[in-house]
Amino acid sequence: MTITDEQHEALRSLLGAWALGAVQPREGAEVEAHLTGCPECAEHAERLREAAGWLSVEEPLDQPAALRKQVLDWCLARRPADLPVPAWGMPYAAETAKFDALLRDLGPEEWQEVAELPWHGGTEYLRPAEVLCHLAAVDGYLAVALGLPDPVPSGTGPTGTAASGTGPAAERRVPPQEAVLPSVPRVPQQAGRPWARIAERTARLTAEQAGQPPQRVRARWRRHCHRLVRSAALAPQGNTPVDFGFVTVPLRDAFVDRAFECYVHGEDVARAVAYPYDPPAPQHLRQMIDLAVRMLPLALAGQRAAHPELTGAAVGAPDGGPGRAVGARTGRRVRLVIDGPAAGEWLIPLDGPEAGPLVGEPVAVMVLDGLEFCQLAAAHRDPDRLPVGEHGDRAAIREVLRATPLLSRP
Amino acid sequence: MATTDGAPRRDEQLQRRLARGEETALGELYDQLAPMVHGLAGRILADQTAAAQLTREIFAHVWEHPEAFDPARGSLRAWLGALTHRRAVDRLRARRAAEAGFAGDDAQDGVHDEIRAVATAARVQYAVAALPQPLRETIAESYYDGRTYQETARRLGISEQAAKQRMRQGLELLATELEQERARHRGPTPADPGRADADDADSSDTERADGSARWKEGGGT
Repeated sequence: MTITDEQHEALRSLLGAWALGAVQPREGAEVEAHLTGCPECAEHAERLREAAGWLSVEEPLDQPAALRKQVLDWCLARRPADLPVPAWGMPYAAETAKFDALLRDLGPEEWQEVAELPWHGGTEYLRPAEVLCHLAAVDGYLAVALGLPDPVPSGTGPTGTAASGTGPAAERRVPPQEAVLPSVPRVPQQAGRPWARIAERTARLTAEQAGQPPQRVRARWRRHCHRLVRSAALAPQGNTPVDFGFVTVPLRDAFVDRAFECYVHGEDVARAVAYPYDPPAPQHLRQMIDLAVRMLPLALAGQRAAHPELTGAAVGAPDGGPGRAVGARTGRRVRLVIDGPAAGEWLIPLDGPEAGPLVGEPVAVMVLDGLEFCQLAAAHRDPDRLPVGEHGDRAAIREVLRATPLLSRP
Repeated sequence: MATTDGAPRRDEQLQRRLARGEETALGELYDQLAPMVHGLAGRILADQTAAAQLTREIFAHVWEHPEAFDPARGSLRAWLGALTHRRAVDRLRARRAAEAGFAGDDAQDGVHDEIRAVATAARVQYAVAALPQPLRETIAESYYDGRTYQETARRLGISEQAAKQRMRQGLELLATELEQERARHRGPTPADPGRADADDADSSDTERADGSARWKEGGGT
């Protein structure tokens, strides 16, 4: 068979695909016919096929998420850090690393999957790269508080609410660790103004990143995460206020909040691509629960304002505890007992400061798993179907369970 | 040492931060290199516990001795890859030697062959992981997902010409790695057992450093 240089080159260019078994049968036959008469190509083909043969070696071990903590703890025990990550920054460092590890393994198709991100007011549908833009858009509030550049391009600064035309920001503060009730607790009841700025920032960042290869979006997000944690570690000022637009929280709480959202959305993405996803480490989960519990009075107040009929004895199970009817509205508390690895106990004030002093025994005790509680706070569980151990005033427990998903946001 | 412009500087910065005792630097180092370290350890040792243990040791080594890394001799990734490879093979050798301790010379020969085969496979896999992203992605689409180069091109949004070229180029890089690995052992493929004892770990590390640094070059992220 005679063959032109051009044909020779064309066949030669096919050798890589051929060695990978990625040619159509007709092309394969042509290549093989050519190889019998062209020692130069035959040698090249042999070399490539040999290399391809090594591709079939089995995949490496999956990297367990817990390994990161094991390795870092081991290192730090041998040489303590001079500039440690503050305890409140740890959940964020761990959760962003875990999400990043999931994203590293995504193939081109998986980056196109649409994840469902439920919250109490509906469900967002986002691709993984868009989820990253969303996370980064909110993380940007922390960046600004730490004096770092905002990852969200131009527009108005994250604190300039009035100028953006979204109306006056609701100035509220999350109760500090000592759990003092806020003076004017209000929680938004539906998707509206309070979330508008987050949605708008997400949209702006998503628009800017659109068309970028997803792995580049990922790399950019990761860099921002690293910068945030590093700033927090170099100057650990946990009380620095972070203004989210709809609420202002100290930096230490903001970091835990971001860790929580990263975990929740990481799992949303994992679900979409059918990958397993580990829960947070127990001590991190505990920090998340603690923050959610401290925010709960806001959600309860919001629920009270929106649905007065749900509060007090209205949902009434006829347990007939001492707290039914009118008396129920004075300084009731529910004891929340979390079991599972993040075990702990919290007292949740139900009625707000205007209801009078918190006196006497809690009206009810509720027992549930820590992870389930977090899923509920993320509006990923139905409060009426959650397995909960209940003792005492069941109506009060319902109140807490139904208020908890109000902590979620888009 | 030719690497991408930013990389050596990034490595040096990370090294400085490790030396300062920044916990975040340790975390970043882990996030960046644990897949390689743990993957390599896992492939060679084929044992979850042993791989985790070695991973721990490798990172503790860098954390305790960040000054041991010499940026002039190659990238941090290459250095850690070499260190991991060497220690994993040492361990495997010790394990095999213990197992074959009671057997005769024949068994010892078998042990050497097996270790060589495992080590070669690990190198090549590590090499696949270190391929520039576009090449790796193209190869993965066709080889692991069973698509033709035409389909692969469509899916990746590149020309068929580019797909063919990437496949060839990727395999070519792997073939080169394979050659170097064999040259190190002066010998056989796993399918063609023979005998050679070339185990100067240090010299092989240096070669490794060169190879991986070169490959990082086209790696586009």
